[in-house]
Amino acid sequence: MNASTNSTAAPVLSVRNLTTSFRTDMGIVTAIDGVSFDLAAGETLGIVGESGCGKTVTSKSIMRLLPEHLTIYGPDSKVMFEGSDLMKANERTMRRVRGDKIAMIFQEPMTSLNPVFRIGWQLEEALKYHTDLNRSERRERAIEMLRLVEIPNPEHRVREYPHQLSGGMRQRVMIAIALCCEPSILIADEPTTALDVTIQAQILDLMASLKKKLNTAIMLITHDLGVIAQVCDRVLVMYAGRVIEDASVHDIFYRPQHPYTQALLESIPRSGGKERGKRLPTIEGMVPSLHELPSGCRFSERCRYCEDRCVQEEPDLLRAEDGRRVRCHFPLSADRTAAARGET
Amino acid sequence: MTQPVAQPLLTPDRTNGQPLLIVENLVKHFPVRGGVFNRVVGHVHAVNGVSFSINRGETIGVVGESGCGKSTLGKCVIRLQPCTSGKILYEGADITSLSHADMMPYRRKMQIIFQDPYSSLNPRLTVNALLREAIKFHHIVPTSEINDYIVHLIETVGLRPDVRSKFPHEFSGGQRQRLGIARALAVKPEFIVADEPVSALDVSIQAQVLNLLMDLKDKFGLTLLFVSHDLKVIEHFCDRVLVMYLGNLVEELRCDKLHDEALHPYTTALLGANPINDPDQRRPLVVLEGDVPSPFNPPIGCAFAGRCPKVMERCRHEMPPLESKDHGQRVACWAVD
Repeated sequence: MNASTNSTAAPVLSVRNLTTSFRTDMGIVTAIDGVSFDLAAGETLGIVGESGCGKTVTSKSIMRLLPEHLTIYGPDSKVMFEGSDLMKANERTMRRVRGDKIAMIFQEPMTSLNPVFRIGWQLEEALKYHTDLNRSERRERAIEMLRLVEIPNPEHRVREYPHQLSGGMRQRVMIAIALCCEPSILIADEPTTALDVTIQAQILDLMASLKKKLNTAIMLITHDLGVIAQVCDRVLVMYAGRVIEDASVHDIFYRPQHPYTQALLESIPRSGGKERGKRLPTIEGMVPSLHELPSGCRFSERCRYCEDRCVQEEPDLLRAEDGRRVRCHFPLSADRTAAARGET
Repeated sequence: MTQPVAQPLLTPDRTNGQPLLIVENLVKHFPVRGGVFNRVVGHVHAVNGVSFSINRGETIGVVGESGCGKSTLGKCVIRLQPCTSGKILYEGADITSLSHADMMPYRRKMQIIFQDPYSSLNPRLTVNALLREAIKFHHIVPTSEINDYIVHLIETVGLRPDVRSKFPHEFSGGQRQRLGIARALAVKPEFIVADEPVSALDVSIQAQVLNLLMDLKDKFGLTLLFVSHDLKVIEHFCDRVLVMYLGNLVEELRCDKLHDEALHPYTTALLGANPINDPDQRRPLVVLEGDVPSPFNPPIGCAFAGRCPKVMERCRHEMPPLESKDHGQRVACWAVD
């Protein structure tokens, strides 16, 4: 956990100025704007934000999985991976990277598995393209992977179809497929959102133990701050297409510097808290539409500390000495956070 | 097929007065058809003999994983779905088998808020028409006052009155849920079933809607049955919680005692599986083996036996009865004495 916050460790993935726009009926919409971050080896980076803030677009842009004819990437967008820029890579190179070096798991395990092929076939497909194992070796490896993700009776399960498995099992199969080529990066896009809490606990537990075993860097995208607190080392908070805060998980939860992060944390009901049955602090208003973003800070309309400067001028994402970054003209200090919580 | 175990009824002594709603041994089985002749080949045991009561002004949470029958329970209670057997008493009157016409006055008193406000609002009707329909049908206010009443309603749920001419698709998720709430409130109900009302919403919007529900509850003295899979939300919002597992009520207890006094291994597992919003209190999550068994062919004995860390031989053969404890707590488990 401490090693990961150390910015001197060479990152496995460096995203610089990633800007993704879409051609829509209502003109060009910029979904994410100037997203920059590093992912260190073995680190679990959480990306959190509300729907439409650009979490998924960020991950799909890195993988270049967005429909090419509708997507425009910014001219200085860079995704540096193993010394080359994925933004400039051709489709053939991308196919070699996807699944082999960078793997992805999606929110809905039912729709991301092919219903007409057996589990084993789908696992072996990835191996067929990315390794030179022969048929029987591939089958062996598939069974081994299913065992790794703790699917009982894997010799039997490889011959089953996705519909024969429960939601949690399907997500395990997805993880097995993602990990079968031992990628250096795993992008998990809301991997537990569709699952029940007891199954979510199983999957989070599994991801943590696999990370230890394989030292994979994980980018975990979620809207659930509880999941973030449980598994992440570092957190990016996104709002309306911008990274607004980047800090260690401890700092995000105990010393948030951006008013949005603070408000987001306050608005979740706390388990076992004294506030039971009281009104929750809320963020007034709604996330601004990407078609009509405010001129200054994108959060200014909803911010309780908003001042004139916030409306006129958008703040930059500034890096402090301790390595955290925040996009706010008036970042919260520790005293201010305590005062807002009424703990003076 | 397991026979639903008779469960002792709660004595309504916790508050003065009679419970608003008493549910006795509610059973709901859905027939499953198959084969060449489309015969009934079995039943999905969605709700298996659940009994509870709700006092006036109380908020009761129903929690459980998908497929545990919590939504079905909510719908059966207000007779949106007929129940297979059991009894529902509203203000002491048996409404279980009332005819369509006799049910009408109760339909006004009992309303529901759905999880997905988009599919529960008619996309072809404007907000005005949506609300007017129910108000006119139940003669809530004289025709001349309907417009004023609608404006009042819309303001009550925190929307601007000029949204009256808009269609449901023009609203965001949170606003639509506010409309769903306005629609339920329009007929001045006493009892509302809220079926996962905030599950589809973002965290910040979820807090807004929960606050709104809390305010309205106080303002109109509503009684709520709050169905949710999120124990944190239930704990925050409700007075008591019913924990369901595979169609059975496994525990009932007060929400303020949830952490200290939960007895059923499933309740403690649910609590332990929920990640805490605090990186410094990180603890290994309680990981249950396996999945929920199929409600099509539920196991004999305790439904939770296959995943339970405290399982005993007896659990596999015999369904534990729901036994009363202190503070109105009830728990169905052989391992609890």
